[in-house]
Amino acid sequence: MTGPAFKSPLDRPALAEEDAAHVSIHPPLGHLQVRHEANRCLYCYDAPCTRACPTHIDVPAFIRKIATDNLLGSARVIMEANPIGASCARVCPTEYLCEGACVLSHDESPIRIGDLQRYVTDWARATGVKLFTPGPGSGRQVAIIGGGPAGLSAARELRLLGHAVTVFEAKSQLGGLDTYGIVPFRLPAAVSLWEAEQVTALGVEVRTGTVVGLDISADTVLSQFDAVVLACGMGYVPELGIPGEDLQGVWDAIELIERVKMGEPVPVPGRVAVIGAGNTAIDAATCARRLGAEEVVIYYRRSEAEMTAYPSEFAFAKSEGVVFRWRCLPVRILGGSGRVQGIEFVATDLVQDANGGQRVQPVPGSEFMVAVDTVIRAIGQSRRARLLEALGVEHEAGVVKTTDGRTNLSKVFAAGDCTFAKGGREAMVVEAAEQGKRTARQVHAFLSGQAQGGV
Amino acid sequence: MADLSTNLAGIRSPNPFWLASAPPTNSGYQVMRAFEAGWGGAVWKTLTDDPVVNVSSRFAGLRFRGQSMAGMNNIELISDRPLEDNLREIREVKRRFPDRAVIASLMIEPKRERWQEVVKRVQDAGVDGFELNFGCPHGMSERGMGSAVGQVPDLVRQNTEWVAEVAEVPVIVKLTPNITDVRHTARAAAQGGANAVSMINTINSLMGVDLDTWNPIPHVDGLGAHGGYCGPAVKPIALHMVADCARDPGVPLPISGIGGVATWQDAAEFLLMGASNVQVCTAVMYQGFRIIEDLVEGLNHYLDARGLASVEDLVGKSVHKYVDWNDLNLSYKVVANIDQDLCIHCNRCYIACEDAAHQCIHPAEDGSGGQQLVVDVNECVGCNLCHMVCPVEGCITMVEVDTGRPPETWRQWQSIHA
Ligand SMILES: Cc1cc2nc3c(=O)[nH]c(=O)nc-3n(C[C@H](O)[C@H](O)[C@H](O)COP(=O)(O)OP(=O)(O)OC[C@H]3O[C@@H](n4cnc5c(N)ncnc54)[C@H](O)[C@@H]3O)c2cc1C
Ligand SMILES: Cc1cc2nc3c(=O)[nH]c(=O)nc-3n(C[C@H](O)[C@H](O)[C@H](O)COP(=O)(O)O)c2cc1C
Ligand code: SF4
Repeated sequence: MTGPAFKSPLDRPALAEEDAAHVSIHPPLGHLQVRHEANRCLYCYDAPCTRACPTHIDVPAFIRKIATDNLLGSARVIMEANPIGASCARVCPTEYLCEGACVLSHDESPIRIGDLQRYVTDWARATGVKLFTPGPGSGRQVAIIGGGPAGLSAARELRLLGHAVTVFEAKSQLGGLDTYGIVPFRLPAAVSLWEAEQVTALGVEVRTGTVVGLDISADTVLSQFDAVVLACGMGYVPELGIPGEDLQGVWDAIELIERVKMGEPVPVPGRVAVIGAGNTAIDAATCARRLGAEEVVIYYRRSEAEMTAYPSEFAFAKSEGVVFRWRCLPVRILGGSGRVQGIEFVATDLVQDANGGQRVQPVPGSEFMVAVDTVIRAIGQSRRARLLEALGVEHEAGVVKTTDGRTNLSKVFAAGDCTFAKGGREAMVVEAAEQGKRTARQVHAFLSGQAQGGV
Repeated sequence: MADLSTNLAGIRSPNPFWLASAPPTNSGYQVMRAFEAGWGGAVWKTLTDDPVVNVSSRFAGLRFRGQSMAGMNNIELISDRPLEDNLREIREVKRRFPDRAVIASLMIEPKRERWQEVVKRVQDAGVDGFELNFGCPHGMSERGMGSAVGQVPDLVRQNTEWVAEVAEVPVIVKLTPNITDVRHTARAAAQGGANAVSMINTINSLMGVDLDTWNPIPHVDGLGAHGGYCGPAVKPIALHMVADCARDPGVPLPISGIGGVATWQDAAEFLLMGASNVQVCTAVMYQGFRIIEDLVEGLNHYLDARGLASVEDLVGKSVHKYVDWNDLNLSYKVVANIDQDLCIHCNRCYIACEDAAHQCIHPAEDGSGGQQLVVDVNECVGCNLCHMVCPVEGCITMVEVDTGRPPETWRQWQSIHA
């Protein structure tokens, strides 16, 4: 590099946000690190990091461009492959993806690909460079239901292919869980909103605050557009199905994070019980700690071995003072004057059932009570079956059935979390981005086929 | 996007990046792969009428602090493939890539008839130009070719004349750096009728000695010979030679710059110092043809950022700033300035100045119980050493100070005081 390395002004949070819940837990790389990492990269051919990235970012190419001071080119390489590349730089479980595949992992240490990607995308955000231009107009109209990572990625790709795009988004802002659901100390909303801006700047009609199925009917969308991409993600956390859930002080993990992210004051004093042990539970637990909770305990009905949170997330939670209790099944939430006062658990045994699966079996007589002030539900996300029914899209328990992004309806396509089956791969932003991109190409093939008199 | 197309003595190419005559241009297969990747031109691996035999092994790389590859040395000769095979492949390449520059590099025994016969045969294959290899520093020179010709201005002129008599396409003379002053051979090439010069070929070198076997590196069955050095380490030498020719009135020819080009920045420097295009060998041997993508894109963004419409707007723009030492302003002064916020306290600048410069960086109290390094600007001569050893970009800068003296060069001083 010839000049001094770029120092992002974006990493200093706004004054009003300077609380533990908003300050990034992961500082950006320093000047020297960026240069050393960029020059340390071996520029492998047919690189394993690129193969390991679900969106196949040409990692060696973007890193080489950092080393040659071509940050504009570098940003293009990243964002072309992954329209959600700025968020991914911060939230991807890189130890399982690109960095896990780095050939230097064993003898040295993997190149800090995520951090370098963040450096470049921070630069792009700070400088406001224009990265892409839309393709020549095709005259075809595509509706996208849901402006999260999958929907935005599809929108970007469809604009590059020249199709007119309208995004329907229930919330007031785009970005989906990147904007509303991932804790701000890991992903500030501003990053995700910048990504959304990159997409809308290509000339996308954005209808925020518009719920398909409520504010506009599914039929209207189906009849007004040449193709529809369903990218509605999943919903909030389902109920536990136990008594006491309506008490004040019982939170939905995603809703709690959403409020914090939107800058609303969310007091979480005293003792907190988090139910569930996936990444959502970890996010909610660490968020609660940062909001001032004195004691945060994660209760999981199975054991550490079955926990779905990533090891790095687990370690992070412990370092934040979160305590884990295994094999505890909530039975009821106790309260007084409408407020949570405690929660009762029963211990569980994990037994193998006949077809090789594992069953959670309460141990009779092992009930115990814990005094708590807050209970946070974090046992996964609900499905948007009602919308799927309204559209007439085939699904299995709310999971859209797809082959290569196509649904049972020829003009309806689907991408992202709404297609991820439970028990399959962990839902990830980067997967949603890749699916959005690929689905857009399927839509393009469909529309081109129609133009040529096919379908 | 700026216009990257270039024209070297009438040879056009879509961008200023050519492959130098070397292993990457050994066959049609390779050159076509390179053109698919985006290279603007290729100088074919040096052809001759009587193919040579090459040795095994051939190359050695210089690692610098564990990093490959600061420099590379080779004892390879020229093409060991039959001329007819090469010509057939050249025809095929030109047919498939008519917009790219295909240059035939030639090295022939210094006899007029042999030169002219080969030139005619090769130009029938449809090459866009010739490059005369008067530079290979090993092997061929022991047979009276390559740098054995390139080191003697009269032979350069004579051999060039023989080619110019029959060539119907532009003739580039490739110069050897293994000579005291490259301008003498460059002028000879111009006098012989060359349309352009290219430089540099490789520099005489011996890469190393194996401390276990005491064999030279590389070795062939236990023995070694001197080879040719190239790669990033030779760039300053090449740049100097390009600049010397660019400002020499006796060399009124376009220049193709070669030697250590690995990034678009390297290329831009050669262009600014008077090269009309650049040729690349080692960087491709190190990382493959794919580097062309960033070379082209990086240069493009640079031109865009500076508001330049064409790469030709860069060519030679720094040449007038490259002068004789005697024309430098002796009244000008810079001093080192340490940015205390960026300083990481490695003290490298301190020890460098203390032991190897002018003892003007001193430890001092920083006002809060700690220590900081400060420059005594009265003692500092502005040599740049501390700036060079500092590991933090932008931490030590050299700032201009007013000496209160009017500008004066040594030449002016001499004319007044002599
Ligand atoms: C707490 C939490 C933490 C996570 N952490 C990570 C992480 O660290 N790394 C990672 O890779 N992944 C993480 N994920 C997963 C990741 O956020 C998702 O996989 C990703 O956001 C899925 O993108 P999507 O576009 O499919 O869905 P979403 O992001 O859910 O977006 C769907 C959008 O559709 C809108 N919508 C829904 N229905 C309608 C309708 N009827 N009309 C109009 N709009 C509608 C929604 O409002 C939403 O904006 C996390 C998830 C959660 C919940
Ligand atoms: C292995 C090897 C073989 C070479 N063979 C030739 C050759 O046949 N003809 C020639 O003109 N130059 C030859 N060269 C020199 C290159 O063309 C070039 O001038 C030199 O390597 C400097 O450029 P670089 O620093 O980009 O490598 C060779 C260089 C290498 C490394
Ligand atoms: S690169 Fe390796 S495998 Fe290829 S020819 Fe040379 S020594 Fe042989």
